[in-house]
Amino acid sequence: MKTSVISGPHVAAPRRVDQIMRQVIIALAPAVGFGVFLFGWPALYLLTVTVLSAMLFEAACLKLKGVAAAPSLRDGSAVLTGVLVAMTLPPWAPWWIGVSGSAIAIILGKQVYGGLGQNLFNPAMLARVALLISFPIEMTTWVNVTPLFTGPGLAESFALTFSGLPIPDAMTGATTLGMVKTGFSQNQILPQALGDYSGILAMIGWERGSLGETSGILLAVGGIALLRKGIIQWHAPVSLLATVALLSSIFHLWDSGHYLSPWVHLNSGALILVAFFIATDYVTSPNTPLGQLIFGTGCGLLIFVIRSWGGYPEGTGFAILLMNAVTPLIDHYIRPRIYGRYRNGKPLDISSS
Amino acid sequence: MLAFLENPRLRGGIHAEERKHLTSGQAIVTHFPLPKKLYIPVQQHVGKPAEPVVKVGDKVLKGQLLAHSQGAISAPVHAPTSGRIVDVKDFPAPHPSALPVRTVVIESDGKEEWLETFIPDDPFQLEPEEICMRVGGAGVVGLGGAVFPSAIKLNLGRKNNIHTLLINAGECEPYLTCDDRLMQEHANQIVAGIRLMLRGMMAPKAIIGIEDNKPEAFSAMQAACRDFPNITISQVPTRYPMGWDRQMLRYLTGLEIPADGRATDIGVVVHNIATAYAVYRAICLGQPLISRVVTVSGEAVANPINIELPIGTLMSEALAFCGVDKAKMARLVIGGPMMGDALPHADVPVVKACNGILALSHREIHEPETQACIRCSSCVTVCPVGLLPLEMASRIRVNQLEAAVDLGLKDCISCGSCSYICPSNIPLVHYFKFASGELVKRQQADHKAEQTKRLMDDRNQRMERIRLEAEAEAQRAQEARAARLAQQAAQQKQREQAEETV
Repeated sequence: MKTSVISGPHVAAPRRVDQIMRQVIIALAPAVGFGVFLFGWPALYLLTVTVLSAMLFEAACLKLKGVAAAPSLRDGSAVLTGVLVAMTLPPWAPWWIGVSGSAIAIILGKQVYGGLGQNLFNPAMLARVALLISFPIEMTTWVNVTPLFTGPGLAESFALTFSGLPIPDAMTGATTLGMVKTGFSQNQILPQALGDYSGILAMIGWERGSLGETSGILLAVGGIALLRKGIIQWHAPVSLLATVALLSSIFHLWDSGHYLSPWVHLNSGALILVAFFIATDYVTSPNTPLGQLIFGTGCGLLIFVIRSWGGYPEGTGFAILLMNAVTPLIDHYIRPRIYGRYRNGKPLDISSS
Repeated sequence: MLAFLENPRLRGGIHAEERKHLTSGQAIVTHFPLPKKLYIPVQQHVGKPAEPVVKVGDKVLKGQLLAHSQGAISAPVHAPTSGRIVDVKDFPAPHPSALPVRTVVIESDGKEEWLETFIPDDPFQLEPEEICMRVGGAGVVGLGGAVFPSAIKLNLGRKNNIHTLLINAGECEPYLTCDDRLMQEHANQIVAGIRLMLRGMMAPKAIIGIEDNKPEAFSAMQAACRDFPNITISQVPTRYPMGWDRQMLRYLTGLEIPADGRATDIGVVVHNIATAYAVYRAICLGQPLISRVVTVSGEAVANPINIELPIGTLMSEALAFCGVDKAKMARLVIGGPMMGDALPHADVPVVKACNGILALSHREIHEPETQACIRCSSCVTVCPVGLLPLEMASRIRVNQLEAAVDLGLKDCISCGSCSYICPSNIPLVHYFKFASGELVKRQQADHKAEQTKRLMDDRNQRMERIRLEAEAEAQRAQEARAARLAQQAAQQKQREQAEETV
């Protein structure tokens, strides 16, 4: 029996960090699996190379830091970051896009701040935005839906991902949001600018898009599973989605020729991914319920603003990074009310009641 | 997930594995063999230690006063059995480092001879002041763990015109079932105790709050209260720390006690259910508080039970009675597993505060490695007070205690919910206890430094005064000398002139 002074409590909840990370990865699995199915072997290669390089960079950084890498790798956070980075990439992007994404996410996004729990910005979103600005061609080459076994074989896919085999132009196109943006610039109006858009197919995810972002419905299923398990809270996702839905409804009703309907907005998988998996990132979002509501609303607002009036068709990455930067401020001002005190910290005045 | 639909009166809290079934199904064991020696510490309450009135060699009867209360906040202790005082010495108390406390040691004679007790004909006709006096004289203290002398709370209640007596039967700590069993087996006596408390405080009504995981206790108490419309029984959700009196009060009445105030400020007094039973025994049976029901449980105990133990019984004897497996015991805890203290050894006496003795196995204490904080804010969600444990801990880690105080460190009730839930197993509550202790230490050090400075200043002033006085003295002496010399010179001159003239 130990005789040193031990502080209570003498029991602990069973949920640990590695379990949380594992649950999040499992929640992402349907959407990732669907993405691999939708875009074939190159997507699988890209996913693999991104995740493996994320783990490698994590291990290298920890080694430089002089701590054992194995326990930190086992917590699954590097794998999760790798998966999230891969999900936001064009599915047939070359291998070095994935590796650069992992490097940015792990080294610049996480380890330079001091590792797990210390970073200011969401690593995956940082990688996405940095890549989009640095490699605009590779990051906006969207391959058509080419389900597994109908597209290139294993060897040809390997060449596509690893040895710079170019993707035939006939196999690529624009994403829904990109198409609409281009249409607007050519003075088209809705619904012509949407072309043959089908909301149902978009919801299922049968469309061009990032590796793991096409299927809003599968991402939502994963997100709701996390909510039910209590791993994430409802405040950020609900406020984010509600803000986008509300703003797009108002503007769509006002000018349906130039503003996409909430139906199109909500069927974009990126929005769902960000709402359930990025805006709920523990490290980079506020730690009070009210703070999370503000954070979600701010993200939703920025996403709508960038999508509607910004230079890029998609604004989720920028919106998240901007709100990440505000998180310390939100946490400073939004604090829970302490029992027996007013919000300003003064004790309750009983003579008034 | 649907947290937004929840009662705003209920905040935070956790659902730990209850493990109450180990002991909840069996009746309280009352045939514990009388130990040969009993060790009764004179400090078993909040306040000043009691002063022994017996000396070595004295013969005492069961229920006889051993040490009387000292000062405004204190409580007496009594002999749990008849026998002879064999020692009054410092003996390890049930404390995390087993600090020694002044302890009266009785060698029992096995006769259990009672002191003549006073039993009133109709206890409910006693004057309120008399009820309080008798409760105080019987050494009754809050048995929920705070061990505040009950008579003081009753008197405070009477003087503050309270409108509600809240009886806390939350028993929210895992494992513990002693209050549950007490309610099932002694509901009528408990209700009598509550009525006496109401009379003692001249309060109009009482509310009893029982967690909804104790349906049998709830129905037993309901049956016992049927004839007393001024006592209502409410079920409260099972969620630790429901037994935190302020949480239960807010849940049942919507009232919140100001951070700088007491329950009496808003017209409420809170007592524990086991205290009500002790009040009944003190008034109706004339018996001081010399025994209590204790839950002995944990995986290292072969026969976990609730057992009535005389105060002063060594825990090791109680554990042996319940068949403890010492090899299996990884930790010994007094109280519940959330807020209880780990004890270095079991050779310490059972005291009035002791509601549980837990011999926990390695599997039960489940101590994973501490990892980095991932800011999941689970600790914020579960904090019943509304604090930001992760932020407080990060300040304390870099020794910014003042910043932690600004975040509400002093409002922390050390319930341990944050430490329990933390997926990185960060000992958050340990940080807060450390910081609070450190602040007290610093305050004392500051005080000492101030005192020293004051003494130093005084001394400097004194020295300066002495120096000035000495200087003035020297000045005066010099002046006197100069005057004398001048006089002498003048006289000399006169003399010379006189000689010349002659």
